[in-house]
Amino acid sequence: MTRNDKRPQSPHLQIYKLPLTAYVSIANRISGVINSVAVVILVWVIASAAGNPTDSSLALWLLNSWLGLLALFVFTFTLYFHMCNGIRHLFWDSGIGFELETATKTAKVSIAAAGVLTLITWIIASAS
Amino acid sequence: MSNFRTPLSQVKGHGSAKEGTGHFWMQRLTAIAMVPLVLWLCFSVASLPGMSQADIRAWLSAPFSAVLMIVLFLTGLYHAKLGLQVIIEDYVGNHGIRTIGIIAVTLLFALLAVLGVFSVMRIAFSA
Repeated sequence: MTRNDKRPQSPHLQIYKLPLTAYVSIANRISGVINSVAVVILVWVIASAAGNPTDSSLALWLLNSWLGLLALFVFTFTLYFHMCNGIRHLFWDSGIGFELETATKTAKVSIAAAGVLTLITWIIASAS
Repeated sequence: MSNFRTPLSQVKGHGSAKEGTGHFWMQRLTAIAMVPLVLWLCFSVASLPGMSQADIRAWLSAPFSAVLMIVLFLTGLYHAKLGLQVIIEDYVGNHGIRTIGIIAVTLLFALLAVLGVFSVMRIAFSA
């Protein structure tokens, strides 16, 4: 029996070019995990502020470092992205937006909206 | 709030997968609640850099921010618990490790919710 190389192969994850919607789907899950970590840190920062009225806590020092600033910036983006994409999921739950074109368009919209919201938030917060 | 569970299923406490649509429904309900809370949180988070401990305490002493922070902790940590549970269920094949993982996440996030709520209340009531 000879091997037929002409047979179509089923797309394998490692050679299959994932569409944008697939990357956004994975990003939604990853951003959810990052947001979980963010809320845990938020509990820690506030618990630390509740237990220690002085400015000497590790949480506060970290919050005011460049690493803390970077983390807060990333967290606002992941929170906004998960929120925008979550709204997209809520539309899907009500049966709206399943067409391939619509789903690709709304994927782009949630990324763009998250970016814009992040920038607007930091511009307003640093101005006030 | 609509209740999508039948009276019998509520009494028995078992659905198709021991809880029926409970997980799905609570994930969506908390998701809707999180939309305005995330908007508020992000603006608050962006104002955090440069704050002293006294600034943070003064911020959380206001009834509005104290209440929103408590609601955010309860809703957000519950939503996170539900999401992390799904991730564990999807990726952890071993039944024993999966069960231990879900129990650990459930207990940890319940503890964090109590810690978060208690801390906000302590700041709010000691101001």
